[in-house]
Amino acid sequence: MTDPTLLSGRGLNLNFNGIAALADVDVDLWPGEMLAIVGESGSGKTTLLNVLSGRLQPDRGAVWYRDPDGHLQDVHAMPAPALRTLHRSDWGFVHQDPRQNLRMAVSAGGNVGERLMAQGARHYGDIRATALDWLAQVEIDASRIDHLPRTFSGGMLQRLQIARTLVTHPRLVFMDEPTGGLDVSVQARLLDLIRSLVTRLNIAVVLVTHDIAVARLLAHRIAVMQRGRIVETGLTDQVLDDPRHPYTQLLVSSVLNA
Amino acid sequence: MKGYNFAYLDEQTKRMIRRGLLKAVAIPGHQVPFGSREMPLPYGWGTGGIQVTASILGADDVLKVIDQGADDTTNAVSIRRFFARTAAVRTTTATAKATVIQTRHRIPEKTLREDQIIVYQVPMPEPLAKLEPSRQETRRMHSLADYGLMHVKLYEDIARYGQISISYDYPVMVNDRYLMSPSPIPAFDNPKLDMMPALQLFGAGREKRIYAIPPWTKVKSLDFQDHPFRAINAPHPCGLCGATDSYLDEIVTDDRGGRLFVCSDTDHCAERRSAGHVGADGMRDAAE
Repeated sequence: MTDPTLLSGRGLNLNFNGIAALADVDVDLWPGEMLAIVGESGSGKTTLLNVLSGRLQPDRGAVWYRDPDGHLQDVHAMPAPALRTLHRSDWGFVHQDPRQNLRMAVSAGGNVGERLMAQGARHYGDIRATALDWLAQVEIDASRIDHLPRTFSGGMLQRLQIARTLVTHPRLVFMDEPTGGLDVSVQARLLDLIRSLVTRLNIAVVLVTHDIAVARLLAHRIAVMQRGRIVETGLTDQVLDDPRHPYTQLLVSSVLNA
Repeated sequence: MKGYNFAYLDEQTKRMIRRGLLKAVAIPGHQVPFGSREMPLPYGWGTGGIQVTASILGADDVLKVIDQGADDTTNAVSIRRFFARTAAVRTTTATAKATVIQTRHRIPEKTLREDQIIVYQVPMPEPLAKLEPSRQETRRMHSLADYGLMHVKLYEDIARYGQISISYDYPVMVNDRYLMSPSPIPAFDNPKLDMMPALQLFGAGREKRIYAIPPWTKVKSLDFQDHPFRAINAPHPCGLCGATDSYLDEIVTDDRGGRLFVCSDTDHCAERRSAGHVGADGMRDAAE
Protein backbone atom coordinates (compact mmCIF):
# COMPACT_ATOMS: atom_id res chain seq x y z
CA MET A 1 0.00 0.00 0.00
CA THR A 2 3.00 2.27 -0.40
CA ASP A 3 2.28 2.71 -4.10
CA PRO A 4 0.78 6.07 -5.03
CA THR A 5 -3.01 6.10 -5.14
CA LEU A 6 -4.91 6.64 -8.38
CA LEU A 7 -7.89 8.41 -6.85
CA SER A 8 -8.41 9.76 -3.34
CA GLY A 9 -11.33 11.49 -1.72
CA ARG A 10 -10.58 13.42 1.47
CA GLY A 11 -13.10 14.76 3.97
CA LEU A 12 -16.01 14.71 1.53
CA ASN A 13 -19.19 16.31 2.83
CA LEU A 14 -22.40 16.98 0.99
CA ASN A 15 -25.82 18.00 2.30
CA PHE A 16 -29.10 17.86 0.42
CA ASN A 17 -31.49 20.23 2.20
CA GLY A 18 -29.98 19.47 5.59
CA ILE A 19 -29.76 15.72 5.00
CA ALA A 20 -26.18 14.51 5.06
CA ALA A 21 -25.67 12.51 1.87
CA LEU A 22 -21.93 12.36 2.54
CA ALA A 23 -20.31 12.89 5.94
CA ASP A 24 -16.53 13.00 6.32
CA VAL A 25 -15.92 10.36 3.65
CA ASP A 26 -12.33 9.33 2.87
CA VAL A 27 -11.71 6.99 -0.05
CA ASP A 28 -8.55 5.65 -1.68
CA LEU A 29 -8.21 3.70 -4.88
CA TRP A 30 -5.00 2.18 -6.21
CA PRO A 31 -4.23 1.43 -9.89
CA GLY A 32 -5.83 -1.79 -11.12
CA GLU A 33 -7.87 -2.18 -7.97
CA MET A 34 -11.60 -2.84 -7.74
CA LEU A 35 -13.36 -1.09 -4.89
CA ALA A 36 -16.99 -1.90 -4.10
CA ILE A 37 -19.17 0.59 -2.30
CA VAL A 38 -22.09 -1.24 -0.70
CA GLY A 39 -25.00 -0.17 1.45
CA GLU A 40 -28.76 0.08 1.36
CA SER A 41 -30.75 2.51 -0.81
CA GLY A 42 -30.26 6.11 0.21
CA SER A 43 -26.99 5.47 2.02
CA GLY A 44 -25.13 7.81 -0.32
CA LYS A 45 -23.42 5.28 -2.62
CA THR A 46 -24.40 6.87 -5.90
CA THR A 47 -23.82 10.37 -4.51
CA LEU A 48 -20.28 9.32 -3.59
CA LEU A 49 -19.76 7.94 -7.11
CA ASN A 50 -20.95 11.20 -8.65
CA VAL A 51 -18.70 13.27 -6.38
CA LEU A 52 -15.67 11.07 -7.09
CA SER A 53 -16.23 11.30 -10.83
CA GLY A 54 -16.50 15.09 -10.70
CA ARG A 55 -20.13 15.16 -11.78
CA LEU A 56 -21.32 16.56 -8.45
CA GLN A 57 -19.56 19.25 -6.42
CA PRO A 58 -19.12 18.43 -2.68
CA ASP A 59 -19.79 21.06 0.00
CA ARG A 60 -16.41 20.36 1.56
CA GLY A 61 -13.48 18.10 0.80
CA ALA A 62 -11.48 17.31 -2.31
CA VAL A 63 -11.01 14.53 -4.82
CA TRP A 64 -7.49 13.95 -6.14
CA TYR A 65 -6.70 12.08 -9.33
CA ARG A 66 -3.20 11.10 -10.42
CA ASP A 67 -2.94 11.67 -14.17
CA PRO A 68 -0.79 9.45 -16.44
CA ASP A 69 2.15 11.85 -15.96
CA GLY A 70 2.02 11.30 -12.21
CA HIS A 71 0.66 14.74 -11.32
CA LEU A 72 -2.12 15.02 -8.76
CA GLN A 73 -5.18 16.86 -10.09
CA ASP A 74 -7.95 18.30 -7.95
CA VAL A 75 -10.93 16.92 -9.87
CA HIS A 76 -13.33 19.65 -8.74
CA ALA A 77 -10.89 22.48 -9.47
CA MET A 78 -10.17 21.29 -13.02
CA PRO A 79 -11.40 23.45 -15.88
CA ALA A 80 -14.47 21.99 -17.62
CA PRO A 81 -12.64 21.10 -20.87
CA ALA A 82 -9.98 19.13 -18.97
CA LEU A 83 -12.62 17.23 -16.99
CA ARG A 84 -14.50 16.49 -20.20
CA THR A 85 -11.32 15.18 -21.83
CA LEU A 86 -10.70 13.00 -18.78
CA HIS A 87 -14.23 11.59 -18.96
CA ARG A 88 -13.93 10.65 -22.60
CA SER A 89 -10.45 9.17 -22.53
CA ASP A 90 -8.89 8.21 -19.20
CA TRP A 91 -12.15 7.56 -17.39
CA GLY A 92 -15.31 5.66 -18.11
CA PHE A 93 -18.77 5.53 -16.61
CA VAL A 94 -21.04 2.47 -16.76
CA HIS A 95 -24.64 3.22 -15.88
CA GLN A 96 -27.21 0.87 -14.45
CA ASP A 97 -29.45 1.69 -17.40
CA PRO A 98 -27.39 1.35 -20.60
CA ARG A 99 -29.91 3.58 -22.40
CA GLN A 100 -28.51 6.54 -20.45
CA ASN A 101 -25.10 6.06 -21.99
CA LEU A 102 -25.77 4.52 -25.41
CA ARG A 103 -27.10 6.43 -28.39
CA MET A 104 -30.18 4.43 -29.23
CA ALA A 105 -30.49 5.86 -32.76
CA VAL A 106 -26.90 4.95 -33.66
CA SER A 107 -25.71 1.46 -34.66
CA ALA A 108 -23.68 -0.72 -32.28
CA GLY A 109 -20.50 0.00 -34.26
CA GLY A 110 -21.09 3.75 -34.10
CA ASN A 111 -21.68 3.54 -30.38
CA VAL A 112 -18.40 1.75 -29.80
CA GLY A 113 -16.55 4.09 -32.17
CA GLU A 114 -17.80 7.38 -30.72
CA ARG A 115 -15.12 7.75 -28.05
CA LEU A 116 -12.43 6.94 -30.61
CA MET A 117 -13.75 9.61 -32.97
CA ALA A 118 -14.04 12.10 -30.11
CA GLN A 119 -10.34 11.49 -29.53
CA GLY A 120 -9.54 12.25 -33.13
CA ALA A 121 -9.67 8.86 -34.90
CA ARG A 122 -10.35 9.68 -38.55
CA HIS A 123 -9.87 6.38 -40.35
CA TYR A 124 -13.14 4.58 -40.97
CA GLY A 125 -11.57 1.17 -41.57
CA ASP A 126 -9.58 1.30 -38.34
CA ILE A 127 -12.56 2.47 -36.29
CA ARG A 128 -14.66 -0.34 -37.69
CA ALA A 129 -11.98 -2.95 -37.05
CA THR A 130 -11.65 -1.76 -33.44
CA ALA A 131 -15.42 -1.85 -33.01
CA LEU A 132 -15.55 -5.42 -34.35
CA ASP A 133 -12.75 -6.44 -32.03
CA TRP A 134 -14.57 -4.99 -29.02
CA LEU A 135 -17.89 -6.53 -29.94
CA ALA A 136 -16.10 -9.89 -29.99
CA GLN A 137 -14.55 -9.18 -26.60
CA VAL A 138 -17.97 -8.55 -25.05
CA GLU A 139 -19.42 -11.59 -26.87
CA ILE A 140 -21.68 -9.77 -29.30
CA ASP A 141 -21.87 -11.38 -32.73
CA ALA A 142 -20.02 -9.45 -35.46
CA SER A 143 -23.12 -9.55 -37.67
CA ARG A 144 -24.86 -7.20 -35.21
CA ILE A 145 -22.41 -4.33 -35.77
CA ASP A 146 -24.80 -2.31 -37.94
CA HIS A 147 -27.90 -3.04 -35.87
CA LEU A 148 -29.52 -0.46 -33.66
CA PRO A 149 -29.27 -0.98 -29.90
CA ARG A 150 -33.03 -1.12 -29.56
CA THR A 151 -32.96 -4.54 -31.21
CA PHE A 152 -30.63 -5.78 -28.44
CA SER A 153 -31.59 -7.63 -25.25
CA GLY A 154 -30.94 -6.10 -21.81
CA GLY A 155 -27.78 -8.13 -21.25
CA MET A 156 -26.44 -7.28 -24.72
CA LEU A 157 -27.12 -3.59 -24.15
CA GLN A 158 -25.10 -3.70 -20.94
CA ARG A 159 -22.24 -5.49 -22.72
CA LEU A 160 -22.38 -2.95 -25.54
CA GLN A 161 -22.14 -0.17 -22.99
CA ILE A 162 -19.06 -1.82 -21.50
CA ALA A 163 -17.44 -2.12 -24.95
CA ARG A 164 -18.23 1.54 -25.65
CA THR A 165 -16.66 2.57 -22.34
CA LEU A 166 -13.54 0.40 -22.48
CA VAL A 167 -12.66 1.00 -26.15
CA THR A 168 -10.30 3.87 -25.26
CA HIS A 169 -8.54 1.76 -22.58
CA PRO A 170 -9.46 3.96 -19.62
CA ARG A 171 -7.44 3.64 -16.41
CA LEU A 172 -10.44 4.19 -14.17
CA VAL A 173 -14.07 3.18 -14.61
CA PHE A 174 -17.02 4.10 -12.42
CA MET A 175 -19.81 1.54 -12.39
CA ASP A 176 -23.25 2.20 -10.96
CA GLU A 177 -25.09 -1.10 -10.35
CA PRO A 178 -23.89 -2.59 -13.66
CA THR A 179 -25.87 -5.80 -13.11
CA GLY A 180 -29.08 -4.24 -11.80
CA GLY A 181 -32.25 -5.23 -13.60
CA LEU A 182 -30.76 -8.30 -15.30
CA ASP A 183 -31.83 -11.88 -14.63
CA VAL A 184 -29.51 -14.11 -12.62
CA SER A 185 -27.90 -16.14 -15.40
CA VAL A 186 -27.24 -13.02 -17.49
CA GLN A 187 -25.85 -11.33 -14.38
CA ALA A 188 -23.41 -14.18 -13.81
CA ARG A 189 -22.08 -14.01 -17.37
CA LEU A 190 -21.77 -10.24 -17.21
CA LEU A 191 -19.88 -10.38 -13.91
CA ASP A 192 -17.54 -12.94 -15.40
CA LEU A 193 -16.96 -10.70 -18.40
CA ILE A 194 -16.33 -7.57 -16.32
CA ARG A 195 -13.89 -9.45 -14.11
CA SER A 196 -11.85 -10.86 -16.99
CA LEU A 197 -11.74 -7.57 -18.94
CA VAL A 198 -10.81 -5.47 -15.93
CA THR A 199 -8.10 -7.87 -14.86
CA ARG A 200 -6.63 -8.17 -18.35
CA LEU A 201 -6.60 -4.43 -19.01
CA ASN A 202 -5.57 -3.56 -15.45
CA ILE A 203 -8.38 -1.06 -14.99
CA ALA A 204 -9.22 0.43 -11.59
CA VAL A 205 -12.93 0.31 -10.84
CA VAL A 206 -15.20 2.03 -8.35
CA LEU A 207 -18.28 -0.17 -8.23
CA VAL A 208 -21.50 0.83 -6.54
CA THR A 209 -23.83 -2.02 -5.71
CA HIS A 210 -26.48 -3.02 -3.20
CA ASP A 211 -25.74 -6.66 -3.96
CA ILE A 212 -23.19 -8.14 -1.55
CA ALA A 213 -22.73 -11.16 -3.83
CA VAL A 214 -21.62 -8.92 -6.70
CA ALA A 215 -19.14 -7.17 -4.42
CA ARG A 216 -17.74 -10.52 -3.20
CA LEU A 217 -17.28 -11.78 -6.76
CA LEU A 218 -15.60 -8.71 -8.20
CA ALA A 219 -14.08 -6.45 -5.58
CA HIS A 220 -10.67 -6.51 -3.96
CA ARG A 221 -11.75 -4.08 -1.29
CA ILE A 222 -15.11 -3.04 0.03
CA ALA A 223 -16.47 0.06 1.73
CA VAL A 224 -19.75 -0.17 3.61
CA MET A 225 -21.87 2.98 3.71
CA GLN A 226 -24.65 3.93 6.07
CA ARG A 227 -26.37 7.33 6.17
CA GLY A 228 -23.59 9.04 4.26
CA ARG A 229 -20.72 7.59 6.30
CA ILE A 230 -18.29 4.83 5.49
CA VAL A 231 -18.77 2.62 8.55
CA GLU A 232 -16.37 -0.14 7.63
CA THR A 233 -13.72 -0.68 4.98
CA GLY A 234 -11.19 -3.40 4.24
CA LEU A 235 -10.40 -6.42 2.08
CA THR A 236 -13.62 -7.91 0.71
CA ASP A 237 -13.24 -11.37 2.26
CA GLN A 238 -12.18 -9.91 5.58
CA VAL A 239 -15.14 -7.57 5.81
CA LEU A 240 -17.71 -10.09 4.63
CA ASP A 241 -16.43 -13.06 6.65
CA ASP A 242 -15.69 -11.15 9.82
CA PRO A 243 -17.76 -7.98 9.88
CA ARG A 244 -16.96 -5.64 12.78
CA HIS A 245 -19.57 -2.94 12.54
CA PRO A 246 -23.14 -3.86 13.63
CA TYR A 247 -24.56 -2.50 10.38
CA THR A 248 -22.21 -4.62 8.29
CA GLN A 249 -23.10 -7.64 10.40
CA LEU A 250 -26.78 -6.96 9.72
CA LEU A 251 -26.11 -6.50 6.01
CA VAL A 252 -24.09 -9.72 5.69
CA SER A 253 -26.49 -11.80 7.77
CA SER A 254 -29.47 -10.61 5.75
CA VAL A 255 -28.04 -12.13 2.55
CA LEU A 256 -28.29 -15.85 1.93
CA ASN A 257 -24.98 -17.56 1.11
CA ALA A 258 -23.21 -14.27 0.66
CA MET B 1 -38.08 55.70 -50.05
CA LYS B 2 -40.14 58.20 -48.10
CA GLY B 3 -41.10 57.17 -44.56
CA TYR B 4 -38.40 54.50 -44.34
CA ASN B 5 -34.83 54.63 -43.13
CA PHE B 6 -32.07 53.77 -45.61
CA ALA B 7 -32.26 50.01 -46.28
CA TYR B 8 -35.43 49.61 -44.19
CA LEU B 9 -33.89 48.86 -40.75
CA ASP B 10 -33.43 51.67 -38.22
CA GLU B 11 -29.88 52.74 -37.41
CA GLN B 12 -29.88 51.27 -33.86
CA THR B 13 -30.78 47.84 -35.19
CA LYS B 14 -28.11 48.05 -37.86
CA ARG B 15 -25.52 48.96 -35.25
CA MET B 16 -26.59 46.01 -33.13
CA ILE B 17 -26.24 43.67 -36.11
CA ARG B 18 -22.87 45.18 -37.08
CA ARG B 19 -21.58 44.57 -33.56
CA GLY B 20 -22.68 40.94 -33.95
CA LEU B 21 -20.95 40.79 -37.34
CA LEU B 22 -17.68 42.15 -35.94
CA LYS B 23 -17.71 39.53 -33.22
CA ALA B 24 -18.57 36.82 -35.76
CA VAL B 25 -15.65 37.84 -37.99
CA ALA B 26 -13.33 37.86 -34.99
CA ILE B 27 -14.30 34.27 -34.09
CA PRO B 28 -14.62 32.47 -37.45
CA GLY B 29 -17.46 29.92 -37.48
CA HIS B 30 -18.79 30.83 -34.03
CA GLN B 31 -22.52 31.53 -33.82
CA VAL B 32 -23.25 34.95 -32.36
CA PRO B 33 -26.79 35.62 -31.07
CA PHE B 34 -28.51 38.81 -32.25
CA GLY B 35 -31.90 40.46 -31.79
CA SER B 36 -33.52 39.38 -35.02
CA ARG B 37 -36.31 41.72 -36.18
CA GLU B 38 -39.59 41.07 -37.91
CA MET B 39 -39.02 41.63 -41.60
CA PRO B 40 -41.61 42.09 -44.34
CA LEU B 41 -41.13 38.57 -45.64
CA PRO B 42 -41.83 35.18 -44.04
CA TYR B 43 -39.35 33.11 -42.05
CA GLY B 44 -37.58 30.73 -44.38
CA TRP B 45 -37.44 33.31 -47.17
CA GLY B 46 -34.21 34.88 -45.98
CA THR B 47 -35.06 37.08 -42.99
CA GLY B 48 -31.55 36.53 -41.57
CA GLY B 49 -29.75 37.25 -44.82
CA ILE B 50 -31.85 40.35 -45.55
CA GLN B 51 -31.06 41.84 -42.11
CA VAL B 52 -27.33 41.26 -42.59
CA THR B 53 -27.49 42.78 -46.07
CA ALA B 54 -29.48 45.78 -44.77
CA SER B 55 -26.88 46.52 -42.10
CA ILE B 56 -23.83 46.31 -44.38
CA LEU B 57 -25.29 48.03 -47.44
CA GLY B 58 -23.92 51.46 -48.37
CA ALA B 59 -25.25 53.91 -50.97
CA ASP B 60 -22.45 53.00 -53.44
CA ASP B 61 -22.94 49.24 -53.23
CA VAL B 62 -24.12 47.13 -56.14
CA LEU B 63 -26.36 44.31 -55.01
CA LYS B 64 -26.90 40.88 -56.56
CA VAL B 65 -29.41 38.42 -55.11
CA ILE B 66 -29.57 34.76 -56.11
CA ASP B 67 -31.85 31.93 -55.12
CA GLN B 68 -30.57 28.39 -55.92
CA GLY B 69 -28.12 30.11 -58.26
CA ALA B 70 -30.83 31.91 -60.24
CA ASP B 71 -31.30 35.69 -60.44
CA ASP B 72 -34.87 35.44 -61.76
CA THR B 73 -36.80 33.45 -59.15
CA THR B 74 -39.44 35.02 -56.87
CA ASN B 75 -37.21 35.17 -53.80
CA ALA B 76 -34.28 36.75 -55.63
CA VAL B 77 -36.42 39.24 -57.55
CA SER B 78 -38.35 40.32 -54.42
CA ILE B 79 -35.29 40.89 -52.26
CA ARG B 80 -33.44 42.72 -55.05
CA ARG B 81 -36.43 45.00 -55.62
CA PHE B 82 -36.84 45.48 -51.85
CA PHE B 83 -33.36 46.99 -51.56
CA ALA B 84 -33.68 48.92 -54.82
CA ARG B 85 -36.72 50.65 -53.31
CA THR B 86 -35.69 51.06 -49.67
CA ALA B 87 -32.00 51.87 -50.23
CA ALA B 88 -31.98 53.02 -53.84
CA VAL B 89 -28.83 50.98 -54.43
CA ARG B 90 -27.86 49.79 -57.88
CA THR B 91 -28.61 46.12 -58.56
CA THR B 92 -27.10 43.69 -60.99
CA THR B 93 -27.27 40.07 -62.03
CA ALA B 94 -23.60 39.97 -63.07
CA THR B 95 -21.47 38.35 -60.36
CA ALA B 96 -18.38 40.34 -61.34
CA LYS B 97 -20.13 43.71 -61.03
CA ALA B 98 -21.68 43.12 -57.58
CA THR B 99 -20.11 44.30 -54.33
CA VAL B 100 -22.65 42.54 -52.11
CA ILE B 101 -24.21 39.20 -53.08
CA GLN B 102 -27.04 37.77 -51.03
CA THR B 103 -27.56 34.09 -51.72
CA ARG B 104 -29.81 31.19 -50.92
CA HIS B 105 -28.38 27.68 -51.41
CA ARG B 106 -25.55 28.44 -53.84
CA ILE B 107 -22.16 30.10 -54.27
CA PRO B 108 -21.65 31.68 -57.71
CA GLU B 109 -19.40 29.75 -60.10
CA LYS B 110 -17.23 32.79 -60.80
CA THR B 111 -14.47 33.17 -58.20
CA LEU B 112 -15.27 36.00 -55.81
CA ARG B 113 -12.85 38.85 -55.12
CA GLU B 114 -11.52 40.53 -51.98
CA ASP B 115 -13.75 43.59 -52.53
CA GLN B 116 -16.91 41.51 -52.51
CA ILE B 117 -19.10 40.28 -49.63
CA ILE B 118 -21.35 37.24 -49.86
CA VAL B 119 -24.33 36.97 -47.48
CA TYR B 120 -25.91 33.55 -46.95
CA GLN B 121 -29.50 32.92 -45.89
CA VAL B 122 -29.41 30.24 -43.18
CA PRO B 123 -32.43 28.24 -42.00
CA MET B 124 -30.65 26.23 -39.28
CA PRO B 125 -27.29 27.55 -38.06
CA GLU B 126 -26.60 24.69 -35.63
CA PRO B 127 -24.78 21.87 -37.45
CA LEU B 128 -25.40 19.48 -34.53
CA ALA B 129 -29.15 20.20 -34.33
CA LYS B 130 -30.27 16.93 -35.87
CA LEU B 131 -27.92 14.91 -33.66
CA GLU B 132 -28.27 16.60 -30.27
CA PRO B 133 -31.67 18.10 -29.46
CA SER B 134 -30.52 20.23 -26.49
CA ARG B 135 -29.23 23.67 -27.51
CA GLN B 136 -27.52 24.02 -24.13
CA GLU B 137 -25.59 20.82 -24.82
CA THR B 138 -24.62 21.81 -28.38
CA ARG B 139 -23.27 25.12 -27.06
CA ARG B 140 -21.18 23.20 -24.54
CA MET B 141 -19.94 20.91 -27.32
CA HIS B 142 -18.87 23.95 -29.37
CA SER B 143 -17.10 25.55 -26.41
CA LEU B 144 -15.17 22.33 -25.72
CA ALA B 145 -14.65 21.51 -29.42
CA ASP B 146 -16.27 18.15 -28.68
CA TYR B 147 -17.26 17.10 -32.20
CA GLY B 148 -17.03 13.29 -32.03
CA LEU B 149 -20.80 13.11 -32.51
CA MET B 150 -20.64 14.66 -35.99
CA HIS B 151 -18.20 11.98 -37.07
CA VAL B 152 -20.52 9.33 -35.61
CA LYS B 153 -23.12 10.57 -38.11
CA LEU B 154 -20.59 10.25 -40.97
CA TYR B 155 -19.62 6.78 -39.70
CA GLU B 156 -23.29 5.75 -39.71
CA ASP B 157 -23.68 6.96 -43.29
CA ILE B 158 -20.76 4.87 -44.50
CA ALA B 159 -21.89 1.82 -42.50
CA ARG B 160 -25.39 2.05 -43.97
CA TYR B 161 -24.92 3.40 -47.49
CA GLY B 162 -21.26 2.76 -48.21
CA GLN B 163 -20.56 6.50 -48.54
CA ILE B 164 -21.20 9.80 -46.79
CA SER B 165 -24.73 10.57 -47.93
CA ILE B 166 -24.91 14.28 -47.11
CA SER B 167 -25.45 16.10 -50.41
CA TYR B 168 -26.15 19.61 -49.08
CA ASP B 169 -25.50 21.54 -45.84
CA TYR B 170 -22.34 19.45 -45.55
CA PRO B 171 -20.68 20.25 -42.18
CA VAL B 172 -17.34 22.05 -42.25
CA MET B 173 -14.58 22.84 -39.76
CA VAL B 174 -13.66 26.54 -39.81
CA ASN B 175 -10.11 27.60 -38.98
CA ASP B 176 -9.51 24.20 -37.29
CA ARG B 177 -11.78 25.20 -34.43
CA TYR B 178 -15.53 25.59 -34.96
CA LEU B 179 -17.89 23.12 -36.58
CA MET B 180 -20.16 25.11 -38.89
CA SER B 181 -23.17 24.62 -41.12
CA PRO B 182 -22.40 26.18 -44.53
CA SER B 183 -26.19 26.74 -44.99
CA PRO B 184 -27.93 24.39 -47.45
CA ILE B 185 -25.48 24.91 -50.31
CA PRO B 186 -24.72 21.73 -52.27
CA ALA B 187 -21.61 19.84 -51.11
CA PHE B 188 -20.34 20.71 -54.61
CA ASP B 189 -19.85 24.31 -53.40
CA ASN B 190 -18.01 23.39 -50.19
CA PRO B 191 -14.48 23.63 -51.71
CA LYS B 192 -15.27 27.27 -52.67
CA LEU B 193 -15.64 28.17 -48.97
CA ASP B 194 -12.00 27.34 -48.35
CA MET B 195 -9.58 30.28 -48.66
CA MET B 196 -12.21 32.43 -50.36
CA PRO B 197 -10.94 35.98 -51.00
CA ALA B 198 -14.38 37.48 -50.22
CA LEU B 199 -15.87 38.01 -46.77
CA GLN B 200 -18.63 35.45 -46.03
CA LEU B 201 -21.47 36.38 -43.69
CA PHE B 202 -24.27 34.07 -42.54
CA GLY B 203 -27.61 35.22 -41.10
CA ALA B 204 -30.31 33.03 -39.54
CA GLY B 205 -33.38 35.14 -38.80
CA ARG B 206 -35.69 32.71 -37.06
CA GLU B 207 -32.86 31.15 -35.03
CA LYS B 208 -31.40 34.62 -34.30
CA ARG B 209 -27.79 33.75 -35.07
CA ILE B 210 -25.03 35.38 -37.13
CA TYR B 211 -21.72 33.81 -38.07
CA ALA B 212 -18.93 34.55 -40.50
CA ILE B 213 -15.86 33.34 -42.34
CA PRO B 214 -13.25 36.09 -42.84
CA PRO B 215 -11.40 36.23 -46.18
CA TRP B 216 -8.62 33.70 -46.70
CA THR B 217 -9.77 31.37 -43.90
CA LYS B 218 -9.22 27.62 -43.89
CA VAL B 219 -12.51 25.72 -44.22
CA LYS B 220 -12.41 21.93 -44.29
CA SER B 221 -15.28 19.58 -45.06
CA LEU B 222 -15.42 16.76 -42.51
CA ASP B 223 -14.44 13.31 -43.75
CA PHE B 224 -12.47 10.16 -43.00
CA GLN B 225 -8.96 9.48 -44.25
CA ASP B 226 -10.17 6.40 -46.15
CA HIS B 227 -13.45 8.06 -47.23
CA PRO B 228 -12.35 11.54 -48.32
CA PHE B 229 -14.81 14.32 -49.04
CA ARG B 230 -15.96 14.46 -52.65
CA ALA B 231 -18.22 16.91 -54.41
CA ILE B 232 -21.27 15.41 -56.05
CA ASN B 233 -22.63 16.64 -59.38
CA ALA B 234 -24.76 15.25 -62.20
CA PRO B 235 -22.46 13.54 -64.76
CA HIS B 236 -23.55 15.69 -67.69
CA PRO B 237 -22.49 18.89 -69.46
CA CYS B 238 -24.87 21.87 -69.26
CA GLY B 239 -27.50 21.49 -71.98
CA LEU B 240 -27.45 25.19 -72.83
CA CYS B 241 -23.84 26.29 -72.55
CA GLY B 242 -21.96 22.98 -72.49
CA ALA B 243 -20.15 23.72 -69.23
CA THR B 244 -18.79 20.62 -67.50
CA ASP B 245 -17.47 22.29 -64.35
CA SER B 246 -20.60 24.02 -63.02
CA TYR B 247 -23.32 22.76 -60.70
CA LEU B 248 -26.33 21.47 -62.62
CA ASP B 249 -30.08 21.57 -62.11
CA GLU B 250 -32.22 18.80 -63.55
CA ILE B 251 -35.29 20.08 -65.36
CA VAL B 252 -38.06 17.70 -66.38
CA THR B 253 -39.15 18.77 -69.87
CA ASP B 254 -42.05 16.43 -70.68
CA ASP B 255 -43.95 13.44 -69.31
CA ARG B 256 -42.03 10.91 -71.41
CA GLY B 257 -38.81 10.93 -69.37
CA GLY B 258 -37.33 13.94 -71.12
CA ARG B 259 -34.96 15.97 -69.00
CA LEU B 260 -32.48 18.78 -69.35
CA PHE B 261 -29.41 19.47 -67.23
CA VAL B 262 -28.57 23.17 -67.03
CA CYS B 263 -26.27 25.37 -64.96
CA SER B 264 -27.93 26.36 -61.70
CA ASP B 265 -25.94 29.63 -61.84
CA THR B 266 -27.98 31.51 -64.47
CA ASP B 267 -25.51 34.39 -64.76
CA HIS B 268 -22.62 32.00 -65.37
CA CYS B 269 -24.62 30.18 -68.06
CA ALA B 270 -25.76 33.38 -69.80
CA GLU B 271 -22.21 34.75 -69.81
CA ARG B 272 -20.86 31.57 -71.39
CA ARG B 273 -23.58 31.52 -74.05
CA SER B 274 -22.98 35.13 -74.98
CA ALA B 275 -19.29 34.21 -75.35
CA GLY B 276 -20.31 31.63 -77.93
CA HIS B 277 -20.43 28.39 -75.96
CA VAL B 278 -23.37 26.24 -76.95
CA GLY B 279 -24.54 22.97 -75.37
CA ALA B 280 -26.34 20.07 -77.08
CA ASP B 281 -29.82 21.33 -76.17
CA GLY B 282 -28.94 24.93 -76.94
CA MET B 283 -28.34 23.91 -80.57
CA ARG B 284 -31.76 22.30 -80.76
CA ASP B 285 -33.37 25.40 -79.26
CA ALA B 286 -31.75 27.53 -81.91
CA ALA B 287 -32.83 25.12 -84.69
CA GLU B 288 -36.43 25.20 -83.51
